[in-house]
Amino acid sequence: MGERNSFIRPILYLLPAIIIIAVFRFLPILYVTRVSLYKWGMGGAERFTGLGNYLRAFSDLYFWQSLTNTMWYVIFVVPLTIFFSLLVALFLNSKIKALGFYRTTYFLPVVTSIVAVSMIWKWIYHPRIGLANYILSVFHLPLQRWLSEWRGVFEIMTGRDLPNVIAGPSLALLSIIIMMVWKSIGYNMIIFLAGLQNIPRHYYEAAEVDGANRLTVFKNITWPLLSSTTFYVLIMTTIVSFQVFAPIWLMTGPPAGGPLGTTNVLVYYLFDVAFNYSSYGYASALSMILFLMILSLTVLQKRVVERRVYYE
Amino acid sequence: MKKIYIYIILSVGAVLALVPFYWMIATSLKTPVEAVRFPPTWIPTHPRAENYLNAWRTAPFGRYFLNTVFIALTVLVGVIVTSALAAYAFAKMEFKGREIVFTLFLGMMMVPMPVYIVPGYLILSSFGWIDTYYALIVPWLVNVFSIFLLRQHFRNIPKALYDAATVDGCSDLGFLWRVAMPLSKPALVTISIFSLLGSWNSFIWPLVMTNRDTIRPVQVGLAYFIQEQSTNYTLLSAASTFVILPVIILFFFFQRQIIESHMKSGIKE
Repeated sequence: MGERNSFIRPILYLLPAIIIIAVFRFLPILYVTRVSLYKWGMGGAERFTGLGNYLRAFSDLYFWQSLTNTMWYVIFVVPLTIFFSLLVALFLNSKIKALGFYRTTYFLPVVTSIVAVSMIWKWIYHPRIGLANYILSVFHLPLQRWLSEWRGVFEIMTGRDLPNVIAGPSLALLSIIIMMVWKSIGYNMIIFLAGLQNIPRHYYEAAEVDGANRLTVFKNITWPLLSSTTFYVLIMTTIVSFQVFAPIWLMTGPPAGGPLGTTNVLVYYLFDVAFNYSSYGYASALSMILFLMILSLTVLQKRVVERRVYYE
Repeated sequence: MKKIYIYIILSVGAVLALVPFYWMIATSLKTPVEAVRFPPTWIPTHPRAENYLNAWRTAPFGRYFLNTVFIALTVLVGVIVTSALAAYAFAKMEFKGREIVFTLFLGMMMVPMPVYIVPGYLILSSFGWIDTYYALIVPWLVNVFSIFLLRQHFRNIPKALYDAATVDGCSDLGFLWRVAMPLSKPALVTISIFSLLGSWNSFIWPLVMTNRDTIRPVQVGLAYFIQEQSTNYTLLSAASTFVILPVIILFFFFQRQIIESHMKSGIKE
């Protein structure tokens, strides 16, 4: 094998992947950076504005609202998903029968398309004749307007007007949060189950000999030894939650993002700006902001994982 | 805690996981009048399959299904070919800059999908690809995670096997096709599952890149159907049921592989 040959061959093998990645992964990132520096409309670049689009985001109330809504969404979805999926995983890991049946059942929402799932939950949340209100009525609880309710959940619970920051997500947004937790429990349950099965059995045997109760075992063995899995689930769920879009488009409004913009999240907002207002420059700046926020989470995860590996 | 409580809690959870599916199927079998009754009926009094036929006829679902199957299969073949070639180069060939290129590839996994919507739309527009199958297929012919997974498998293939094959006059491509690929079946199963599920359920990309009905994949077709028939829940439920049916069937046949693939994707870090 000559020198020349040994260089050309790998290039030929890599060429298809390199071309596609260059054109459809790498180029768009450069392009979105460039477009974000222009006022860019239907006809292309109109004029160079430097950081103008980024400054515009700073003073754009809709942007801040979408950011706040995204934060509420993340703050609710992440802990709820972790709690329920860990709980189910712990139960499934306690040598029960019919493990396969439960695992399959909980996983079903994961493989089901978001479009169908959103349709059925919108129907369940119907403000007059939906299943959700029927269940409330069975327990003599006050009926709710679910997806058309713009009041914050803390407002509804306390029954008084609260300032925006502490009013909490609107019930409309909470309705979507509940659905998305339902949809993502199965996936994270599987990850936790894998993590639990990696904990060496002899720790538990030792604890049993010592007569430790379940809570102590969980606190002193399972939780610490599961921490890297929990951290992975935490970061991944946060990253995925930042990108929520489909249920907003499918379930809210018209106009989507409603009522009163209380379900307008970051990705929906950039979609709206790009494709309903053709402000591609501003939408690109919003894409970059989203990218940088998620990138910092990814970097944080890499750092922590590396440190843990280092100490082991 | 007694075992019985665990079973009770798990079963309540299972019911909660299944109720929305049950409700969709129940609604799809009701008459429009019964569907809007309150309090609702749990079991349709006169179940009828008519809604399925009506839904199928109201929008070109046959076309949507064909589009999706065509896209999904083309993408699957493309992903397997490009991943196998690239993974083989990364795993079995020595060349300058190998690690740098591989790291660059992996770095692309850190870019979240929504970031591609706006530049992707602008770039595909300039190609004249909006409303064509190219827009829905070509950008997805490479999948970095698949390259990564196959590379791990190829690296574990002993060098002795390669030497034996080449002595017998086997070329690199022949070795890849006849030895390396068959030895990497588990990885190929995982790749296929993710690729097919991804194509079948993909929504935001085709939503942005298509306007014409004839090109739309099934999820986007269903989404517009839902918008147009906004309150006709018997029809919507029937349509949603047949749209998710192929995936549900696939899931029941390959549930172990599907669940284990997701497990693997989580612990790759």
